Amino acid sequence: MFAEHLPILQIVVPLVSAPVCVLLRRREWSWGFALLISWFCFGMSALLLQRVLQTGTVIYYVGNWAPPWGIEYRIDAVNAFVVFLGALIGSVVLLYAPRSVAAELPGVRANLFYTSLLLCMTGLMGMAITGDVFNLFVFLEISALSSYAMIALGRDRRALTASYNYLLMGTVGATFYVIGVGLLYMVTGTLNMVDLAIRLEPVLMTRTVLAAFAFLTVGISLKLALFPLHLWLPNAYAHAPSVVTAFIAATATKVAIYVFLRFFYGIFGTHYTFEVLHLDMVLVPLGLTGVIVASLVAVYQTNIKRMLAYSSVAQVGYMMIGVGLVSVTGLTATLVHMFNHALMKGALFLAMGCIVLRVGACELEDLRGIGKRMPITMAAFVAGGLSLIGIPLTVGFISKWYLVLAALQRGWWPVAVLILLGSLIAVVYIWRVVEVAYFHEPTGKTAEATEAPLSMLVPTWMLVGATLYFGMSSTFTSGVARRGAEVLMAGLAP
Amino acid sequence: MNVGLLNYWVVIFLMMVGFYIVMSSRNLIKKMVGLSLFQTSVFILYITMGKITGGTAPILAQPGTIYSNPLPHVLILTAIVVGVATTALGMGLIVRIKESYGTIEEDDIQTMDREQ
Repeated sequence: MFAEHLPILQIVVPLVSAPVCVLLRRREWSWGFALLISWFCFGMSALLLQRVLQTGTVIYYVGNWAPPWGIEYRIDAVNAFVVFLGALIGSVVLLYAPRSVAAELPGVRANLFYTSLLLCMTGLMGMAITGDVFNLFVFLEISALSSYAMIALGRDRRALTASYNYLLMGTVGATFYVIGVGLLYMVTGTLNMVDLAIRLEPVLMTRTVLAAFAFLTVGISLKLALFPLHLWLPNAYAHAPSVVTAFIAATATKVAIYVFLRFFYGIFGTHYTFEVLHLDMVLVPLGLTGVIVASLVAVYQTNIKRMLAYSSVAQVGYMMIGVGLVSVTGLTATLVHMFNHALMKGALFLAMGCIVLRVGACELEDLRGIGKRMPITMAAFVAGGLSLIGIPLTVGFISKWYLVLAALQRGWWPVAVLILLGSLIAVVYIWRVVEVAYFHEPTGKTAEATEAPLSMLVPTWMLVGATLYFGMSSTFTSGVARRGAEVLMAGLAP
Repeated sequence: MNVGLLNYWVVIFLMMVGFYIVMSSRNLIKKMVGLSLFQTSVFILYITMGKITGGTAPILAQPGTIYSNPLPHVLILTAIVVGVATTALGMGLIVRIKESYGTIEEDDIQTMDREQ
């Protein structure tokens, strides 16, 4: 009974819990409740992933209405992995939240904040789990609206303008998506993903489908922050509260990349997308430019959160190169990097949250000698940074390994060289932080800083531990990613 | 009455006008106006595609009656709700921006941010 309804419970439980959370006015109660729900979701997503790996695709009809009339939840190795990722990050971030939220958002009613976080998590998991393109839009807006609200809570007033700009660009992206879906509905009369893939086949060459393709490419690329459509991202990440940055940076862009994969590999099919329309000739150059340009911009940032945000744009570039390489290895690289990057960026932003709590700033010049005052936090930062560079024994190495392998398999060695160049630039921006943190005496704001509380260090180190563990033993992550890649290459149409 | 593709031309016109306002206007409220216009054009697109000339509402239709497809209308009801929520949140943000910056002109806000 319970196992049978897992796919819908995954969404309904956090969705229904969100309004309940509003009623819990005491700070501790609302946090405890949200934490409980998020760990419950994490457990369900792990069960779901295990079931998908054992028995293959899990299909669930919402309200028992058969597709294409009803909404179908269709879970294969790809989206089970993405849902698992979203639930994992959500539960770790919630465990970390109370001290950071109390310090950074003193005037904010905690119950409303945790409600938004639960809604954002619901939206992201819903986007990943659904097999209906319009349902996906609804979940996309749920996650987007709640993240605009949470970003606007940042202490700095620049958080307001960052959130406003994100709202504008996010809405334009989502509206482009709806236009694309509408045009597809016009020619096929269906919104179910599998049904769309089947019915699109005979009409792929019509101008309506071509227009839909263009709208969807631009709309989803805006949401996933593909260079040069990334302009909303750096300010939003830099000025949002630490907890929010960690959650959104680790999950939002990854889920958007999943949507991209689902549309262009699943619905349109590899033949149409890459052999007829040559989308790879757009994705790989844009991905590479993103890697190089965003990494270079990151080197010149003085605010560390902003620096990490630009690094996220570069990481999205890596993932999109993997998408553009159109091979099982390339897609494995993308999927594995989605997971790995979520772990390391989550860990880095959580470490920054500890520093913001104790020092009250994340400008580079304010952090002189912080490594001597907060050694455990900075060790987490360095471990995350090493992973970002791609040092062996960290997860970053696994992702880069697959990506370079895929580029070489396709015979594009300049791409492989540029990927490695991107890693070298990452060395520079991580080193700038390490130098300031360890090779200066603590002065000014850092002089009286003490180590962060255990309630924040433990979740941070959970993610750091995961980056190291999955860096040394990658059978689980790369195994799931490879199965996902095979599913994607096969397409949705039977 | 057969209007041909007129509705679609209206959609494209509204869409482009809205999008242009979002990009070119420097006033935050005017940007929201453009954004709403842009979203509304998509509503008309969906409603138009469901309409069949001479079709009625599909209420207990006799077999053989021509009726318009109700699904796009239902979808757009959802999209309207989303649009309202987006506009409300955007307006809420503008109120708070006005409170903390004292202006809603983007140029002034950028100068103030740069001086900070």
